[in-house]
Amino acid sequence: MQTKTTKTFYLIPYYVWIVLFVVAPIALIAYYSFFDLSGNFTLDNYLNFFTSVYLKLTLSSFWYAFLITFFTLVIAYPTAYLLTKTRHKQLWLLLIIIPSWINLLLKTYAFIGIFGLYGPVNAFLNVFGFGETQILFTDFSFVFVAVYIFIPFMILPIFNSLDKLNPSLIDASRDLGASSWTTFSKVILPLTINGVKAGIQAVFIPSLSLFMITRLIAGNKVITLGTAIEQQFLVTQNWGMGSTIAVFLIIFMVIIMIITGQRDKGANSNGKNK
Amino acid sequence: MEKTSKTAKFYLALVFIVLYTPILYLIFYSFNSGGSMNGFESFTWEHYAAVFSDTRLIMILLNTVIVALLSALIATIIGIFGSIGIVFMRNKSLRKSILSLNNVLIVSPDVVIGASFLILFTAIGVKLGFASVLISHIAFSIPIVVLMVLPKLQEMNSTLIDAAADLGATKRDILTRVIIPFIKPGIFAGFFMALTYSLDDFAVTFFVTGNGFSTLSVEIYSMARTGITLTINALSGIVFIVTLLLVVGYYFVSQRGKNPVGMGVRK
Repeated sequence: MQTKTTKTFYLIPYYVWIVLFVVAPIALIAYYSFFDLSGNFTLDNYLNFFTSVYLKLTLSSFWYAFLITFFTLVIAYPTAYLLTKTRHKQLWLLLIIIPSWINLLLKTYAFIGIFGLYGPVNAFLNVFGFGETQILFTDFSFVFVAVYIFIPFMILPIFNSLDKLNPSLIDASRDLGASSWTTFSKVILPLTINGVKAGIQAVFIPSLSLFMITRLIAGNKVITLGTAIEQQFLVTQNWGMGSTIAVFLIIFMVIIMIITGQRDKGANSNGKNK
Repeated sequence: MEKTSKTAKFYLALVFIVLYTPILYLIFYSFNSGGSMNGFESFTWEHYAAVFSDTRLIMILLNTVIVALLSALIATIIGIFGSIGIVFMRNKSLRKSILSLNNVLIVSPDVVIGASFLILFTAIGVKLGFASVLISHIAFSIPIVVLMVLPKLQEMNSTLIDAAADLGATKRDILTRVIIPFIKPGIFAGFFMALTYSLDDFAVTFFVTGNGFSTLSVEIYSMARTGITLTINALSGIVFIVTLLLVVGYYFVSQRGKNPVGMGVRK
């Protein structure tokens, strides 16, 4: 129906994009990771990465990403569940998504004011007799702001999978005498696990690489892999080391993708027969 | 039942309050005549006036919008052709690997994208500035467009194309009068997503922007690092209104596109 030539002609810009902006950048990152500051071939960057400084940094980065993902999930799952029960659920979902469309920087900036020494949170704490405490530039503020920013990204995939869930399955489970908890853990959660995995993917990987929130909210107290990359590339101009950290970040990313990958394609229908 | 629904409502309300408080907080203080984000003194428009009298800021706003519109438009065009190519690919394993390559930029951390693009632009000699920012935005928007358009294409019944061909339509006719109209909702969704990704992007732009060129996100970052300026609050008020308009527009477009789903019949 379509000749070979027109087909390839359509695809030229797309293929150029894949080669130039998907394959080449990764190759360049891998290539640069083998060079030191003065442009000599070296493996030092990799040896450096396995020193205590970078290992500690990686561990703490993972720890923060874990905390952020955990709290996001704990807040987002019930929200998504309750949203599917509302009457105009698509409209409510839209209202959840709107904040995610407001510029990230603006939302982060808001917290500089809210958590500030004379901000509303401190004023609120004062009522209960706590003195002015420095909330900004702490781990707490970093995790809080990150969770705040990622919540919509976790709600969306979970909502979608819950929405596809056939309600008669829940009725069946109830009719057969399962308690609410059993229904949740044996029926609802397994059938929506793909949404949870997608959400974890959407939150955990970016959490590893956050650098703007750490700079603005955590005031250099929290260093993530992303902060380290930014530091190496734009401050110390050590592209080799920056690339090496990026290589590891990509490796971590691939591992996370494999763990949270959607293995069982058959479960995608979530119990709803098409 | 009554009790659970009350706690449910309370919980949902709490989530909504937490989600919207920071944004409303920002906008509220954009009208504060005092210079800080605490202690509201009196109502004023002066910070909005400051935004509109600052030609540099207006230029940055314009740059941001131009980059977003241009990159979304170009990415949509490339993405449409890419997804049509993918759908008609006979070789299944090739299609699968193209799709995974497509998704690389979506799942990659934006710091990695920014750093690798910086290396790329330096290696091939693209001057950092408008061009590098625009190209990067096109690059990371293409896979989003493909992901939005592809399901619509897969939904399309291939007999439609056969029928059009049997009735004597040329390839061009098939594309412009059968395929494009059918996947229109996907195209709109892709375009809007690309637009919002571009407007919202900070990390990639931060890496590939030179000294002379700046977008809103990068500018807010450098302003916020020096402390609180209520000009940023006024900016967020403007951004919020624009975003709301975009969302409402998108909502209506996507609602309108919902009606003919799965039928192959277009109104």
